Amino acid sequence: MDALNIAREYESVQYIVIKIGEEQYGIDISFIDNIVRMQSITRVPHVQPYFAGVINIRGEVVPVMSLRLKMGLEVDEYTSKTRIIIVKSESNASVGLIVDEVKEVVTLDERTIDEVIRDSKVDETYINGIGKNGDTLISLLDLNTVISDKDNS
Amino acid sequence: MDVNQYLGIFLDETNEHLQTLSDQLMILENEPENEDTINEIFRAAHSLKGMAGTMGYKRMQNLTHDMENVFSEVRNGKIKVDGHMVDILFQALDALEEYKDNISENQDEGTNDNEPIINALQAILNGDSGSGEAPADKKEESAPKEEAAPSAKAGGEEGKWNDIVLHEPEQHVISEAIKNNSKVYGFTVYIQESCILKAARAFLVFKALEELGEVIISEPSVQDIEDEKFDFDFSLYFVTESPIDKVKEAILSVSEIDHVIGDVIDMDKAKIAAEDDEDEPAPAPAPEHTETAAPAATTAPAAAAPAQDSKHNDNKKNTGNKPAVNRTVRVDIEKLDVLMNLVSELIIAKNSLVSFATNESSGSHSGFNEQIEYLESVTTNLHESVMKVRMVPIESVVNKFPRMIRDLSKKLNKQMELHMTGEETELDRTVVDEIGDPLMHLLRNSADHGLESLELRRERGKSDVGQIYLDAYQDGNNVVIEVRDDGNGIDTEAVKKKAIERGTITPEQGETMSEKEIIDLLFLPSFSTAKVVSDVSGRGVGLDVVRSKIGSLGGDVSVKTKLGEGSTWTIRLPLTLAIIQALMVVVGNEKYAISLGSIQTIEDVAEEDIKFVEAREVINLRDTVIPIIRLDNVLGVESSREPKSNMVVIIVKKGDQLAGLVVDELIGQQEIVIKSLGKYINCTSRLISGATILGDGEVALILDANVLI
Repeated sequence: MDALNIAREYESVQYIVIKIGEEQYGIDISFIDNIVRMQSITRVPHVQPYFAGVINIRGEVVPVMSLRLKMGLEVDEYTSKTRIIIVKSESNASVGLIVDEVKEVVTLDERTIDEVIRDSKVDETYINGIGKNGDTLISLLDLNTVISDKDNS
Repeated sequence: MDVNQYLGIFLDETNEHLQTLSDQLMILENEPENEDTINEIFRAAHSLKGMAGTMGYKRMQNLTHDMENVFSEVRNGKIKVDGHMVDILFQALDALEEYKDNISENQDEGTNDNEPIINALQAILNGDSGSGEAPADKKEESAPKEEAAPSAKAGGEEGKWNDIVLHEPEQHVISEAIKNNSKVYGFTVYIQESCILKAARAFLVFKALEELGEVIISEPSVQDIEDEKFDFDFSLYFVTESPIDKVKEAILSVSEIDHVIGDVIDMDKAKIAAEDDEDEPAPAPAPEHTETAAPAATTAPAAAAPAQDSKHNDNKKNTGNKPAVNRTVRVDIEKLDVLMNLVSELIIAKNSLVSFATNESSGSHSGFNEQIEYLESVTTNLHESVMKVRMVPIESVVNKFPRMIRDLSKKLNKQMELHMTGEETELDRTVVDEIGDPLMHLLRNSADHGLESLELRRERGKSDVGQIYLDAYQDGNNVVIEVRDDGNGIDTEAVKKKAIERGTITPEQGETMSEKEIIDLLFLPSFSTAKVVSDVSGRGVGLDVVRSKIGSLGGDVSVKTKLGEGSTWTIRLPLTLAIIQALMVVVGNEKYAISLGSIQTIEDVAEEDIKFVEAREVINLRDTVIPIIRLDNVLGVESSREPKSNMVVIIVKKGDQLAGLVVDELIGQQEIVIKSLGKYINCTSRLISGATILGDGEVALILDANVLI
């Protein structure tokens, strides 16, 4: 009975923690379709600069964007830890996100998530909360704004 | 009987019959004495009526019935066809079309009785036929018929159970019961209007009855009663050994029952009741009406049963607001046979590969290749056949245009003729469904803006009747549809002036614009050159809609025009949507696919053969000057070609324009499956029309050569 009550009061969500540069970001696990290793990306000419190209995921062509470029950071450097996270948006279209490293899965509940303090910094528009996991802070990505076409670069 | 399963067929056939009617009426208008045509029309109208009746669409049935009567009189030579009559008949066709649309959307024909049209049809019969009784009698007949269903409901203080239609099984049960000395009663139970839980009360009634005997059938059905889909009464047939008073008492013992009426049924009467359902409530028994109503009478009993059933189904289905009908393709059984054969071959090919893999040691490498080749030929054929199954002639879209032009001709008061060729040209079903509107826009455009007024035509020495042509034909991997008129053509000066007036372009820009660029302005949203906004065209929504629609289908629109002589609009559409033959090329270190359909030839060109015209690179190939496009520049990659070596130039064609694409290397021809690039990636130049996955899992992009030209 008690356990039920707790579950009802504090809704908890699982996040995949990724690393871009020195910062840690969280992506809601329910949006994630797949995580694949870096593979050869086919460049597409004349597209938004943050799109690295397209890859083949199980016979489907999926566009891949660089989170770094989207956030206005320097160009990716592909290492053995680089991963592509395939996310499915609400409209069921897939997009791949290139990240420096995938670290772990954490469970955060409402108590450990803070609202973002809005200021004029550009990349904060992609974040809809800050989660606290022990000592570390995890910026929670708002996938819909990340994926959408609003071009800040 | 569930008529839903027939709905698709009904709609298909209704379409066909309406089309026949429309075509034949057009012929009839020009040749009023053509007997074959009259017979054809009569047959189509008759079948349509029968079908509407069977499906329980009464209003549709009534309207076709009256049309049929007119045709019947025409056929007997009692009425002459004239313009007025054809107009009325066309209106009737439109009304039928409306019913059909309603039915396909929500399985209901709607509530429009179209009385003016029915009256007009009867006026034609009255006015010209000379045999006064027939139409008068018909009027009587058709009017009450329309009311038949409601009046039976409303006036049903007694014998409401008589409306229940008995089918074979129920009839059988009843006759069995009578044999066993049981009694069969009909009851109509009225629930108090203040009752809140009607369904519960009805359920209690059923429960009470079941203790005494057996309910054979109820109206509405038990299911609908449970779902509370009835007003405040329901009727039922009941088999029991108890006397009727006891049964009534049992029913009335349920609270909130207002009253109940009932009587013994004898089987003969019940049967009659079922069959006479249609005619009995008619106040005026018309003895002479047998002649005109003969066809109706034969369909009436058949109609009665589904009519009631379909009513229930409507109630159920109407809750979801989805269109009731799936899109279908009628497939020639032969095409399916071919498919079946190919699939069996595919299975054989797979099996031989499996056996090959299991005794690997014994097999040779050439045997493996053989199997692969076999598999390849099977899959190619399979692809072709599947595409063929999806292909339908554009006929289904274009054959409504003669009628449209006829109406436009009257509305605009211009004489015009439409000539069509290539209606049999086939396109993918999804494309055919979409091209109707754009073509209609173009035709209306030609009729309204293109063709000049009569005075101007005479002045220019053209014939009085404006000519509009619609030609369709296949051209390589494309289907071309041309809409041509011999009218005024596009006045580029007027377009330019208008654009400057609207601020779309500045006067300076106007000075330097080429004719083609000016014509392109017409495709901008909200640009119309018509001085007066007519309801035919001229709202400026036409051409940009045409372009975007055709664009979304992977095609394009172009126009050629000569002032004073006419214009030609050309729509090019891809034949297939999913799989194409492509040439794989290398540019820099990237692989691209170019649709084989647009490729004319491949040339080996030396660097020094390139000439310059207006600072653009061209080559002179067999006396044709062809502009050169260096793909490495366009795509932004470093060319991997050795300097000074010969270039590989792919000559591509769009309409009658050519261009040469310089690539680094050819890989070869390949069948590729077109995939979309995904939703979020946005190729601004539209240069990349899609992507495909190569044998090694790598993704290659598909170049749209049409954009480059």
